[in-house]
Amino acid sequence: MSVNLQLIDIKKSYPNVKALNSISLELEGGKIIVLLGVNGAGKTTLMRIMAGLENADSGQLLFNHQPIDCKAVRQVSTLVFQKAAMFSTTVYSNLAYGLRIRKVPKDEIKKKVADALQIVRLSGFEKRRAKKTSGGEQQRIALARAFLLEPHVLLLDEPTANLDPNSATIIEKAIVNKKSIDRIIVMATHNLTQARRIADEIVHINNGVIVEAAKTEDFFENPKSEISRKFVNGELEF
Amino acid sequence: MADLIVKAFQQALNLIINGDPSVYGTVYRSIYVAGLGTLLSCIWSIPIAVVLGLYNFRGKWVVKGFFNALIGIPTVALGLLLYLLLARHGEFGSLHLLYTLNGIAIGQAILVTPIIVSFTANALGNADTSLRDLAKTLGASGFRTDLTLIRETIWSMILSITAAFNRGFGELGIATIVGGSLVGETQVLTTAISVEINFGSFDIAMAYGIILMAIVIALALVIALVERIRSEDRPLNRFIMWRGLGGG
Repeated sequence: MSVNLQLIDIKKSYPNVKALNSISLELEGGKIIVLLGVNGAGKTTLMRIMAGLENADSGQLLFNHQPIDCKAVRQVSTLVFQKAAMFSTTVYSNLAYGLRIRKVPKDEIKKKVADALQIVRLSGFEKRRAKKTSGGEQQRIALARAFLLEPHVLLLDEPTANLDPNSATIIEKAIVNKKSIDRIIVMATHNLTQARRIADEIVHINNGVIVEAAKTEDFFENPKSEISRKFVNGELEF
Repeated sequence: MADLIVKAFQQALNLIINGDPSVYGTVYRSIYVAGLGTLLSCIWSIPIAVVLGLYNFRGKWVVKGFFNALIGIPTVALGLLLYLLLARHGEFGSLHLLYTLNGIAIGQAILVTPIIVSFTANALGNADTSLRDLAKTLGASGFRTDLTLIRETIWSMILSITAAFNRGFGELGIATIVGGSLVGETQVLTTAISVEINFGSFDIAMAYGIILMAIVIALALVIALVERIRSEDRPLNRFIMWRGLGGG
C-alpha cells in the first residue's frame, strides 16, 4: 500500500497577507507532484506546513489517514530549500547530520554518505567544506542529504532554480530515480518545462488557492480553469 | 619621549630575557585572574546569552538593553561595590576574599559578564534562520537545533570570550580596590604599572605596559590564525573543524 498525505482545509495568514486559503489535497506515494504557481502564490508556505516547519492557522494534516502534528510530520518528511543551507562543516558531516540524530551506526553512515554522493555525482567530496562548494554543488549536497533520510514525504522547493543546466539535469534525474510507492515527492517550481518533464500530477496554486489539480498531460493539454490556461500560455499577469 | 620608549622596550626585553621572577609572577597573576574570571563568567554568561539569543519572551529587549548598558560599567565603581561586600564587615566578608587573587577574579567575572552575554546573544540572534529550519527538517529536536545553532556561532562566542579576557586583563579599578596591589601576592600588570608610575619609574611602568600589550596582541594573533586556518581548506582543518553533533 502506498503512503498517503492529506491536507484538509489548510489556512495560513501572515500580517496583512493571506498565504493559504482553504487548501485541501490528497497525495499518494509513487508519484511526483509538482506545485506550480507564480512567485508569492503560496507554494513555499504550503511546503513548509507539509514539512512541519510551520503550523497552519487551521486545518488538518493526515498521514496514512491518521492525524499528524508538526513535530511528527518532521519525522516523516524532509524539505530541500530553494537556497541550499549548509552547516559550517564538511560535506560528510552535513550529510551525516540526520543519520547521527537517528543513531545510525558509524560504518553504515559512511557507506550511505558515499552512496548518496554518488547519486548526485559528487563522489569524493566528503572532506570538502560544504560552504566552499559552488551553488550547484550545494544544491546537490542538499538533495543527497535529504535522500539519505529516506523520507516518506520528500519536499523540494524549487531545487533547480538558478542552477546551470548540467546541475539541473543531475538533480532532476536523481529526483525521478527516487520515485517509490512509499514516498511522496512534492516539488514546487514555476518552470513549466521542468514540470512537464518530471511531474505525474500538477497542482496549480494561485493567491493561496488551488485553482487546478490534474494529471500532467491533462493540465498542459487541456487546462480546465482560465487561470491555469493563462499560466500555461504565459499570459498570467502578476 | 622617544628615549623613554626605547629605554622602556630595552627594559621590557631585559625583564623578560633575564627571567625576573617578580615580573613572571606578576604576568602569571594577571593571566590567572583574567583567565579564572573569564571562565567563571562563562558559567552563567553563556546560558544567559543562549536564552537571550535563541528564545523570545516578554521584556527581552529590556534585559538585552540592561546588559548592553553594563558593558561600559566603570571598573572603579564595581571595585568599590565589591570592596564593600567583601570587606570584613560586608555581606560576604566571611569568605575572606578581599586582597586575594580569587577576589579579583570574581570581580572580573562580574565585570566581563555583559560583554560575553551581549556579544554572544547578538551572534546567536543573528544566526542564519535557514539553519534552524534545516536542522529541524533533518529531524533535530528543539534542544539539538539550539546546540547546532550554538555550534554554528561558536566562533563569535570565542571572540566574545577573548574580548572578555582582554577586558579583565587590562582593567585596573577592581585589581586595585579588591586586590590591593600587594607586591608578590595580588599585584597584577595593571596595578604594577600604576605603582611604578607613582614611584616615578616610568621606564619600568612602560616595560610592564609593553608586556601587557604583547600578551593581548599575541592572543589576538593566535585567535586570528586559528580562524584563518579554520576558514580555509587546509589539512590542519581536520583537527579543528567542527564535526556534526551526535558523535561519529
